[in-house]
This record gives sequence, C-alpha cells and structure tokens, in this order.
Amino acid sequence: MKGNKLIIYGLLLAFGLAAPFIFPAYKLQISFMWILVILALTWDVQGGQMGYNSFGNILFFGIGMYICAGIQIGMFFPLAEWTSSGGEKTFLHTPSQYFQGFFVGLVLASIVPAIVAALIGYGILGLRGHYFAICTLGLGIAAGEIAGGIELIGAGQGMTAPPWPKGIGDTELRSEFFYFLCFILMVVTFIFLKWAYQTRFGLILNAIRDNEDKAEAMGIYTMRYKIIGWIVSAFFLGIAGGLMGNMVGYIEPTEIAFAGATYGVFMVLMAILGGKGTLWGPVIGAVAFHIFKEGFWTFFLGWQYVALGALIVVIVVFFPEGIMGWLREKYPEKFGEIVDEADRKAQVELK
Amino acid sequence: MVQASLDGILLGVLFALIAYGMALQWGVMNIINIAQGELVIMGGYIAYFMYTAGIHPALGIIVSPIIMYFVGWFLYKTVIYKVVDRDLFISILATFGISILTQQLMNFIFGADVVVAQSNFGTTMLFDNSVTLPNAKIFSALVSIIFAIALVMYMKKSRLGRAIRATAQNSRAAKILGVDTEKVYAATFGINAALCGVAGSLIAITFTLHPYVGLPYTVRSFMIVIVAGLGNLPGVALSGMGLGVFEEFADYILGTEFRIGSVFMLLVFILVYRRFKLSRKREYLK
Repeated sequence: MKGNKLIIYGLLLAFGLAAPFIFPAYKLQISFMWILVILALTWDVQGGQMGYNSFGNILFFGIGMYICAGIQIGMFFPLAEWTSSGGEKTFLHTPSQYFQGFFVGLVLASIVPAIVAALIGYGILGLRGHYFAICTLGLGIAAGEIAGGIELIGAGQGMTAPPWPKGIGDTELRSEFFYFLCFILMVVTFIFLKWAYQTRFGLILNAIRDNEDKAEAMGIYTMRYKIIGWIVSAFFLGIAGGLMGNMVGYIEPTEIAFAGATYGVFMVLMAILGGKGTLWGPVIGAVAFHIFKEGFWTFFLGWQYVALGALIVVIVVFFPEGIMGWLREKYPEKFGEIVDEADRKAQVELK
Repeated sequence: MVQASLDGILLGVLFALIAYGMALQWGVMNIINIAQGELVIMGGYIAYFMYTAGIHPALGIIVSPIIMYFVGWFLYKTVIYKVVDRDLFISILATFGISILTQQLMNFIFGADVVVAQSNFGTTMLFDNSVTLPNAKIFSALVSIIFAIALVMYMKKSRLGRAIRATAQNSRAAKILGVDTEKVYAATFGINAALCGVAGSLIAITFTLHPYVGLPYTVRSFMIVIVAGLGNLPGVALSGMGLGVFEEFADYILGTEFRIGSVFMLLVFILVYRRFKLSRKREYLK
C-alpha cells in the first residue's frame, strides 16, 4: 500500500515535470490548470475542511496580483506613468531588474494578503453560515469595484504587468519559466496542506466544521484557528495571483484580478465537483473542470457563460458530493472505512 | 442635499419592494436567492420590450408581474424544489448559477447596451426649482407602495396567504394540517418573482437597465432584510429608504464610480457590526 502510493506520487510528479516537453503547445493551458488546482485547494481549507463557504477568497488572489505587478514596476519606474501610458511600454526592465522585482513582488504578494486576511479575519470569520457566504461575496465584489476606481493602478482599464525582458530567450523560455513556478507552487501547496491536515490543526478545522460551539466548549480557541486557516489560504492565493498576473501580462480589476463571476466561482465549483473536504478532491475537480472547460468551451462559442451557469446548477443540485464523495460511497473499503457486509446487504434488501 | 435625500427616499421605496420579496422567500422557504437581482432586471426588460413594441412602458407594471410569476414558478419546478430542504450554501450556489445563466441569456437576447424606457412623464419642481423630481420616480414610489400594501392585505386575508404564513411558521406542522407545502413554495417563489417584475418595470422607466447590474440589487435587498429582520415590514420600508439615501449621498460625495463599491462595503460593515453586537450578547451568557 505504502509502495503503491509512492509510485503514484512519483508518476504524477514525473508527469508534471515532463508535461511542458510532452505537450509544448499546451504549456500555458497546463500552467493555468495548476493555478486552478491551487485555487481549489486553498478554497477547500475554508469550504471543505472548516465549513465556512467563502465566496471572497478571490480577494487575496487579486491583491496578490496587483501587489506583485505594482512592486515589479514601482521598484524601478514611476508606477503612475506606467499605468497612464497604457499598452505602450515606454519603460523596459533589464533581466536582472525583472527577476529582482519579480522575487520581491512575489514575497510581498504572499505577505500582504496574509496580513489582510489576519486583519479582516476577526471581524468576518465571526459570521456564520450564509451570512459569512454573502459577506465574503460582497467583499470580493467591493474589492473589484474599488480597484476599478483607483487611478494609480489603472482604474477600470487595468494595467500591464512588466513584459518579459529582452535578451534572455524567447517566449518559449518565458512560458517554461512560469510553468515550473506554477507547478512548484502547486506541489508546495499540496504538500503543505497534506501535512497540515494530518496535524492537530487539521483536526481542529474539522471540529469547527462539524460543530463549532462544541469545539469551543471543548476548550479550543476556534477563532484563532479559523484566522490561521484563512491566512494559509491567503498566503498561497497571493502568490498564485502574482504568478497569474505576470503570466497573463495584463491586469484588469473585475475580469481578471477580482473576477468573482469566473475564478471566484470556479474555485468553489471545482472543489465541489471533486468532493469538498478531501485532500484529493479539489485537485481532481480542478483538473476535470479545466479539461472540460477547455475541451468544450469551443463548442459553446459565445455561450460559455450560459453553459457555466447551467453547469453550476447541475453540479450543485444533482451532484453535490463530488467525484470523491461518489467514489467513497462506491468503494468505502479504499477509504479505510470498515464495512459491515451484513449491514450493506440488509440495506440493499430494504430498497 | 435635499435633492439627494428625496431621490434616495424614492429609490429606497423600490429597494424595499424587492427586499420584501426576498424576505418572503427567505422566511418561507429558507433559501437566499442570489438571482433576485436578475429577476428584477428580467422584469425590467419585459417593460423595455413593450416600450420598443410601442406600448407605454408604465403598463409593464401589470404585464411583467404576470409573466414573471410564471418564470418564478418554472424556476421553482426545475431547480429550486431540489434545494429547499438542503443546507443554505447549496441554495446560494445554485441560485448563483441561475443568476449567471439568466444574466448571459439576457445579454444575448437584449444586447449588452444600457437601455432606458422613456415614459414621458415630465418632472416636478419643488422649492423654487432648486429640487427636480422626475414624475416617473414619484409614480414608481407610489406604485411600489400600492403593491406592497396589496400584498400585505393578500397575505393576511386570502387562503393562500394564510397557507404561506403557516408554512413559514412551521412547514412540518403545516403539512400535517393539510397544507400542500410544495404548492405553497411554488406560489411563494412565483410571488417573489412577480414582485421583482413590478420593481424591474419601474426601474426600466426611472433608471437604466443593463444585463449585468442584477447582483447589486440582490445585495441591497439582502442588506435591507438583515437590517430590518425577517418579518418586520415597517423595518423593511425604513431601511430601504435609508439605504437609498445612503447610496445617493455616497454617489454625491465619493463619486459615481464608487457607488456600487460603497454598497458592497456597507454590506460588509453591517454584517461585521452585527457580529460584534451579537457576540456582546453571547458574552453575557458566559
């Protein structure tokens, strides 16, 4: 069993490392897929493990995106002139400037959202159930609207992220660079969460999900753990946002950065599709969703969002347990559950 | 200032009408309908459609609730009946899906342009012409009040209204006593959609319509309901007007680009304030 698992992990890792060379044409697509996996994994910390269904985690994604690009530009050039010049790039980064800026940008893009999460966490995580859901929904949309009103970061028109510096390789190298960054971030997130779910922290999150009042009565200071959970999500989402902003190269407040109607919903949908509350669920859900989306989007030309709305309704209403939940029901032995054969037979007879 | 306050109050009456529908279905079916705003906009497009066909758009307040009632009934029979007894999050996400779906469908059918149905009602000047009030706004506020009163009377007197109130109090007991709760739920959702239709057709003649502005209406009505509390009708009317005034002032002071943003921020603030207020109550119990 143990050996089998190692082989599976090894194969997946090898696939991830080799993918850009096997499918060179789909490099960017697979990088997006890893980003989506990160979104689903970090959403599941709240939605699946903790039972707090957040619609506003996109907030940290967008903050990370703006912070990263803003730092990258602001470290070397005046930011206001950059954004006002719009698409015409009057300033060019040298390679060393680009990578320095990128590194500092990513570090800050992870720290600032984490701080924001800690600051607003005490107020917002005290809300329960649907109040929390609607409040976070409002938060995400408010962030997009406010970012759309700030001139410094390009207001409604958005801003461009710094272009890949000239002189160190072509766009192929660029997409490989971002591919591996996304992949590494995905692996780190996955391993971190796998470890975290095995510790006391994971148990406490599940206790909060199952019965928060009881958990509190048992002497767990639940608010602290809820905030830590949110900080973890915000940390990884911030980096993912920074990467995404650079990968796309163009940051727009409501369509890309604080895209509540697309990525903000995708992350919820992917986690539910895969099966929320499991470690592998979000990963499987994100991969399945991305393949479905990219494979079938072209058939619905212009009707994508109609299809998306229908998909949400179908998945949520008719398939709420997700793929992992379905597997679990079908093969409970594989999930370490003890099955009483006699009991199972009795249930079948009842039907 | 006077201008903004009066505008806000007239706008707030409309919000209160939408919020009343929200409170109704929340109380009866225990679901939160994110597609509320889209139903409003859909009702507005019905009035706009009549306007383009050459009929006076004000007649939309009669036609669009009838159509919207069946839209709501259809939505209930296809999707909502599956989510009524489930946890709230499922209903939020499912109606969010409906909201995206209808948004995009309206975008295809009516185009992404901002449209307005001209009512040619003229304007009223007050206080030596320092305050201008379009008659359409006054008309819409009056119609909202009439519809709200009619609905309250209907809920009090009619058989279906009594069944709806019984289901809201205790759906299980109502079922045992012979109320067909399925029918009540469908009727509630339909009535809610019809209210949205009235509000939408009023918005079509007083403000502008656009396929993507539905969500702010949902958030506004949610906000009004939580501020007023479920089943508190005067509270709904008051907080609706308060929200309208707040919005006009935010528009006036911060600028139009922050208007929607300020509505959403207000939502966050209200919820967080409510949480601290409630947690103080919890500390007493300690």
